[in-house]
Amino acid sequence: MTAFAYAAPTSVSDVLTLLDDHSRSGEPTQILAGGTDVMVQMRSVNREPRTIIDIKRLEETNRLEVGAEDIYIGSAIPSAQMQEHAELKALYPGLLEAADLIGSTQVQGRATVCGNLCNASPAGDSIPALIAAGAVCDIATASGSRELAVEDFVTGVGQNALATGEFLLGVKLRRPQASTKDAYLRFTPRTEMDIAVAGVGVSVSLDGAECVAARVAIGAVAKTALLVGEAAEALIGTVLDEASLQQAGEACQAAAQPISDKRGSAAYRRKVVGVLCRRALAVARDRALGQ
Amino acid sequence: MTKLHVTTTINGEAREYLCEPNQSMLDVLRDELGLTGTKEGCGTGDCGACSILVGERLVCACLMLGAEAQDAHIETIEGVAGESGLHILQSKFLEHAALQCGICTPGFIVAAKALLDKHPNPDETTIRYWLAGNLCRCTGYDKIVRAVQDAAAEMSHPA
Repeated sequence: MTAFAYAAPTSVSDVLTLLDDHSRSGEPTQILAGGTDVMVQMRSVNREPRTIIDIKRLEETNRLEVGAEDIYIGSAIPSAQMQEHAELKALYPGLLEAADLIGSTQVQGRATVCGNLCNASPAGDSIPALIAAGAVCDIATASGSRELAVEDFVTGVGQNALATGEFLLGVKLRRPQASTKDAYLRFTPRTEMDIAVAGVGVSVSLDGAECVAARVAIGAVAKTALLVGEAAEALIGTVLDEASLQQAGEACQAAAQPISDKRGSAAYRRKVVGVLCRRALAVARDRALGQ
Repeated sequence: MTKLHVTTTINGEAREYLCEPNQSMLDVLRDELGLTGTKEGCGTGDCGACSILVGERLVCACLMLGAEAQDAHIETIEGVAGESGLHILQSKFLEHAALQCGICTPGFIVAAKALLDKHPNPDETTIRYWLAGNLCRCTGYDKIVRAVQDAAAEMSHPA
């Protein structure tokens, strides 16, 4: 790995000061949380020396709180810790499924969903799930903090909305009602240790059997994960029958802008994203119905 | 570059070392502390040969900086065998011939021990998913899975 300096500040203001000092002097920095992407990139694609700022010693980034109204997942919380939180798993089974699909047990021991967001891979599994769950990014800035809807956070392949001097403290979620449930499905040729050919995260809210709110997000079929408003519109007001699921799936296919690569052709990805949408909706619907 | 001074606990013993900011935990274990049981396979977190425990979490030592071990509790393959001899998992790997070249074996043992600490009676599917991040190019995995199953059985019902 290329040479760099290492700092492990213990307060948000110390991180911001470090970011600001380095930005003024033109020295590159790299925020380090789980490191499962950063460490690999430092050995391969991005070998530029820089100062590593480890954010795992902050109280704020180590928050994993499930409150009466809000849920907070700090940017230092590894997926394995999320999976051990039974209440979080019951409230957002889809988000937890998505996070659990990323990498091996070893990677799960370090990797964070906030890191998955910042890394901004088109195929990052937790991103469509976070979008479907309506997550909001909590960003530390020099003037305090700002919030940004998770669907607006990733701006391109490997690019995110963080401005110079900012870093991601965590993501916030609303505590869902019992009649709101999510699901995430992806397709990979192997069942483990693989990267999504396509992925779909959904969340549905029911009143009786009627769908009163829905969010559908697709991954690995465009430069960024996309929130598909047309898919949600096809679902609201229905009982999530086969016809409405079919319509939502077609909306996902229409919204997809897939590429062809070694994992699958564009046409194949477009077909699969529609299938995954219907299946994920059926899972979320049955969960919301308590089945 | 200025070296960093790190104090940590490794296999129950207080340790301190100096490391470069860009030295991985794997390189610190092997090159600074002489704990060469932890192996380097891929260096990209794909093969699991460098599996260690940090706190209660199974991690790849190649994906962690030595500097990140400050105040941590680390367990490596060297800490698996007890005073009285090999750990049951180690004996079962020998008994089932669950290794050939051996480079993956420390990682498999550390990962399997973490599994059995958490799930004392895992089914075969659980074992295979848990160990999916450990690659072995010799055995074809079956012998490894059998060894872990046998170790689990013996640990839950000692003979």
